[in-house]
Amino acid sequence: MLDIAPAPVTAPPRARQRRRRRRRWSGLLYLAPALLLYTLFTVLPALHTAYLSFFNWDGVTLPSFAGLGNYRSVVADPELRAAAEHAGTLILFFSVLPIALGLVCAAIVARRRRRGLAVIRAVVFLPQVLPLVAVGIIWRWVYAEQGTVNQVLQAVGLGRWAQAWLGSFDWALVAVGVVGTWVVSGLCMVLFLSGTQRIDGEIYEASRVDGAGPVREFLSITVPLLRPEIAVALSITVIAALSSFDLVYITTGGGPGTTTVVPGILIYRLAFGGGAVGLASALAVVLTLVIFAVVLVITRLSRERP
Amino acid sequence: MSLPRRLAAPAVLTLFLVAVFVPFLSLLSASIQPAGTPLTGLEAPHGLHLENFGTAWSKAGFGRLLLSSGLVAVAVVPASVLFATLAGYALATMEVPGGRKIFGYLLLGLALPAEVTVIPLYYDLRALGLTDTRYGLALVEIAAFMPFGTFWMRSHFATMPTGLIEAARLDGATSWSTLWRILLPNSRPAVTTLGVLYFVWCWNQFLLPLILIQDPARRTAPAGLGYFTGEYNVDIPSLAAATLIVIAPVVAIYLFFQRHFIRGVLDGALKG
Repeated sequence: MLDIAPAPVTAPPRARQRRRRRRRWSGLLYLAPALLLYTLFTVLPALHTAYLSFFNWDGVTLPSFAGLGNYRSVVADPELRAAAEHAGTLILFFSVLPIALGLVCAAIVARRRRRGLAVIRAVVFLPQVLPLVAVGIIWRWVYAEQGTVNQVLQAVGLGRWAQAWLGSFDWALVAVGVVGTWVVSGLCMVLFLSGTQRIDGEIYEASRVDGAGPVREFLSITVPLLRPEIAVALSITVIAALSSFDLVYITTGGGPGTTTVVPGILIYRLAFGGGAVGLASALAVVLTLVIFAVVLVITRLSRERP
Repeated sequence: MSLPRRLAAPAVLTLFLVAVFVPFLSLLSASIQPAGTPLTGLEAPHGLHLENFGTAWSKAGFGRLLLSSGLVAVAVVPASVLFATLAGYALATMEVPGGRKIFGYLLLGLALPAEVTVIPLYYDLRALGLTDTRYGLALVEIAAFMPFGTFWMRSHFATMPTGLIEAARLDGATSWSTLWRILLPNSRPAVTTLGVLYFVWCWNQFLLPLILIQDPARRTAPAGLGYFTGEYNVDIPSLAAATLIVIAPVVAIYLFFQRHFIRGVLDGALKG
């Protein structure tokens, strides 16, 4: 790409070649700090986790080789399986719901309103900026026995539904999920809004002429044309759902019972307090592989022609 | 256009805005109640009890925690931006041997959850005496930020006209001075955006500081908030005030660099 310019006639070929080669290798020097740190403090630790997953280790005494024992436990242990199921449920709230909401909102807003759009963007994006710890604390109040949710329920005459939502065996996971929806929906909406600006207005005009209603227009024009944005939103939010930790740690800590336990919480507990570093590592490896697989599938699917 | 359809957009937007703001209002209203008030939802304030902020700042130690987070950010943000710029520059403008593979290797990090690195990091950094230090945490965060930053700066430098680089080279400029004298002065928006994103991410880190820094004197603000919440009998109004103190810097940065932030997240996501 850089060789398009003709070589200056005066430069002897030998010298030019030497210079080019030096330039090539010097590129590695520019890459060195990033690669070195990334390898030392991200990649090697991840590989070290994979290594630890083949041992039984309490973090203190000598580790003993466990073969695939820890992986067998990951599949068989009921608590670990529950964690996987909860992570799956969270995908519904972190990905499916925000994307659906974002799509509908973007479709309704996109072509009707220009005024104030920048302000709206800034506001709906705000949850994305906050530390999840703070988000969790805020929502603990919203969900508390005397909290906003129950106030609203009482105000509309549904007071008998009022309860401590995060302490409920039936509702805690849903409640945590809704917080995820709150955090992510703005991002999805803004992402889709910027996507709709790419769509040519004439396509809509044409479909109107053909007599398509708003629903038809949404399903057969907006959604298909926003495929790249949807794929991106899906990847980001699925990673967030599967590797969630901060939010669950602050809102429920995994409880009541094990109703909101997710892989991140289990890894934390097992490795730093449970004395099962090997098992925690195996779970972390499985989690990472699942995330890689999901991202790969989403990327593949989004590149296929509809 | 029929009336319902005309009202649809404003109605949807209002709902969205209310949904974003109501939780904030609960937080604000909790922070100005008298100390010792139990958990409540939205409530008319009984006067304005700003002393909760004083309690959170000094007695609960959030002034110190904020400083601690600030020190980590000061170490992490400039170094990450610099290293990512150098790496992105090399990948975009030079024919580095194995460049494509190196780029792919870095991109893997975008999908790597902190859960898979944090266990050995704790034991290995402890062996090196780097747990309970801000250096250790900073090194880990810089490393974790390299994939996105390199990717971001690479796609930025790739959009710059190649003629610019060629001309500089023909004038005898080294690759180093080409970067500093010609490319970077024209890269302010991209670099600012990356810096803003890095600051927000660095400030909001939770799992890594929670585990790598156990010493209460060196904790970061969000980790401190995590511990404060877990305390038995925590005073709700001071917890609310502490939460506001912890989110203030990121909210301020966001409001100031709002366009940069949104564009960064959107472009960063879409180019991936």
